[in-house]
Amino acid sequence: MAVLIDERTRVVVQGITGKEGTFHTLRNRAYGTNMVAGVTPGKAGQSVDGIPVFDTVAEAVEQTGANTSLILVPARFAADAVEEAALAGAALIACVTEGVPIQDMATVVNYLRGTASVLIGPNCPGLISPGKANVGIIPGEICAPGPVGLISRSGTLTYQIVHELTQRRIGQSTCIGMGGDPIHGIGFVEALERFEADPETQAVVLIGEIGGDDEEQAARFVSEHVTKPVVAYVAGFAAPPGKRMGHAGAIVTGSTGTAQAKAEALEAAGVQVGRNPAEVAELVQDRLAKAG
Amino acid sequence: MGQGSAVDLYEHQGKELFARHGIPLAEGIVAFSAEEAAQAAEKLGGRVAVKAQVQVGGRGKGGGIALVASAEEARTAAQRILSEGFRGTPVTRVLVEALVDIADEFYAAITLDRSVQRYLAMVSSQGGMDIEEVARTKPEALRRTAIDPILGLKPFQSRYLAGHLPEPAREGAGRVLAAMFDLLGAEDATLVEINPLVLLKDGRVLALDAKVTVDDNALYRHPEIAELRSAFPVDPTQAMANEKGLQYVKLDGEVGIIGNGAGLVMSTLDVVTQAGGRPANFLDVGGGASADLMATSLEVVLSDPAVRSVLVNIFGGITRGELVAQGILEVLQRVEANVPIVVRLDGTNAEEGRRILREAAHPAIVPAATMLEAARRAVELAHQEA
Repeated sequence: MAVLIDERTRVVVQGITGKEGTFHTLRNRAYGTNMVAGVTPGKAGQSVDGIPVFDTVAEAVEQTGANTSLILVPARFAADAVEEAALAGAALIACVTEGVPIQDMATVVNYLRGTASVLIGPNCPGLISPGKANVGIIPGEICAPGPVGLISRSGTLTYQIVHELTQRRIGQSTCIGMGGDPIHGIGFVEALERFEADPETQAVVLIGEIGGDDEEQAARFVSEHVTKPVVAYVAGFAAPPGKRMGHAGAIVTGSTGTAQAKAEALEAAGVQVGRNPAEVAELVQDRLAKAG
Repeated sequence: MGQGSAVDLYEHQGKELFARHGIPLAEGIVAFSAEEAAQAAEKLGGRVAVKAQVQVGGRGKGGGIALVASAEEARTAAQRILSEGFRGTPVTRVLVEALVDIADEFYAAITLDRSVQRYLAMVSSQGGMDIEEVARTKPEALRRTAIDPILGLKPFQSRYLAGHLPEPAREGAGRVLAAMFDLLGAEDATLVEINPLVLLKDGRVLALDAKVTVDDNALYRHPEIAELRSAFPVDPTQAMANEKGLQYVKLDGEVGIIGNGAGLVMSTLDVVTQAGGRPANFLDVGGGASADLMATSLEVVLSDPAVRSVLVNIFGGITRGELVAQGILEVLQRVEANVPIVVRLDGTNAEEGRRILREAAHPAIVPAATMLEAARRAVELAHQEA
């Protein structure tokens, strides 16, 4: 078991004929993921290394049984691509594209509430269930199958922490990059819900950062609904207030959204918070050993 | 209320958008010198407000706004504001605005509320006050409601929001709210705030201030707003970084920091701080960094005279280790590094990158095996050099 993606995942890539699209499609296929179709409007009938290309997601779903969409299109087409995937009935939509206008995403996420589709991203590395499927740009070679479910607002920081876990021979059930934008698809709460229900997942790692209140919402959810051990990391203790630190979501205003406030909220909910990526992995090791 | 990557417009720029969307304003003229301010005051009848145009708040209390009674006084006030600047930022222009006869002051704002993924509209019957303080101390003075981005602001919501204002202000305030929401949608703003929104003695409702924040991801569809950024003061190092698409934020420490990915860079800042150092900057080279981008990044960080050591922390996903190594060596041929550069490489092709650096054996380069070790070394070296 894993969450969201596994051996039954069949992926259609929107933007497959672009440079990034082709590169990551083939990389995901080399990992063992079922990459069944691609979509680029106007390029139906072509193929990318044997993967058929369609004009629309609906045709791709109909003809190949795709159930998951990976979006690697330019930012100005991303909102349309997500809505198209939802209309075609994709159960899961992972939008890697960064730089999507916030207003577009505000419309998309509210539109998705009325559909059965689950969105991850945008501005995210996608997700991986090690040994089963890789949908996105997370480097598969740093992951290993195992008992830890991981969800993160950051890309490379996720790789760093996964790497620390794998080096300690702690594998992962599923790693989800939820993305760094202020308006995004599933977050900590939805991931915790799934990890709690997944028999393979024995512990959960949350990787947060300054800005917004995702971590505070996660803390409330953990204290009420999660029985599995949860370890967290929050980046941005050294970030000065009022400065934007790269990620669209990462800004501190006054005392709300600070790393300190988030760490305190999480600790109050019984979540252990590591001071650096290595310590996070040590805490997980410790919790698994105790459970063990 | 920070809402993502954004452009914070000057008041007069925001008011140009207000005018375009039909939000009533006091008559005003932008002035770039004391002389122009005096002329503007003359034209507006002498009784004017001279307002510093800056991207930070608190002008009222901080001396950034002067209320004067004549063109001569306007000249003096503008002279002072333009020469002194405001809270450490230079002021290149003032807005000279005709004074109006105010009967009452309120507050109105519409912003994107990330935690509920909708817009949030707020109207307070207390104008001129910080809205967080109103929410804390006089919650009954504040009405708010969520707006679904698909449905938009409905007339009943405007009636509700303005319904606790004095009767003569309600209709005007409702019209302003509708125009604010139009502006938000049409201009890709993430925040439109009016503080104060005023009721005049003659019954008109108008916006005395304007705070507009625009999403910079959407600037491609608003070239005229993108253009407005040229008005803002920029640090030359910042400008060089921005031009290359690097995310750079100057801080006030001595350890220069370069990493890939915002989260990893923030985490690097944290571990440097924990190791007893102070970061000199935040610099994210982004995903898929090339040798060229790496070289520019190093050049940007080395150009900061406060930097005593540099920490390069790269975890390659799309970014490839050998390109990072090549970029570092390339810049060291052009620029003399008089501070040590601690390099930690992991991930895609990191082995190859480490080999390239080892073979080059450049005296300024200090390899480190882990992120924590790299942070400790960089802090140690910064303190030695100091």
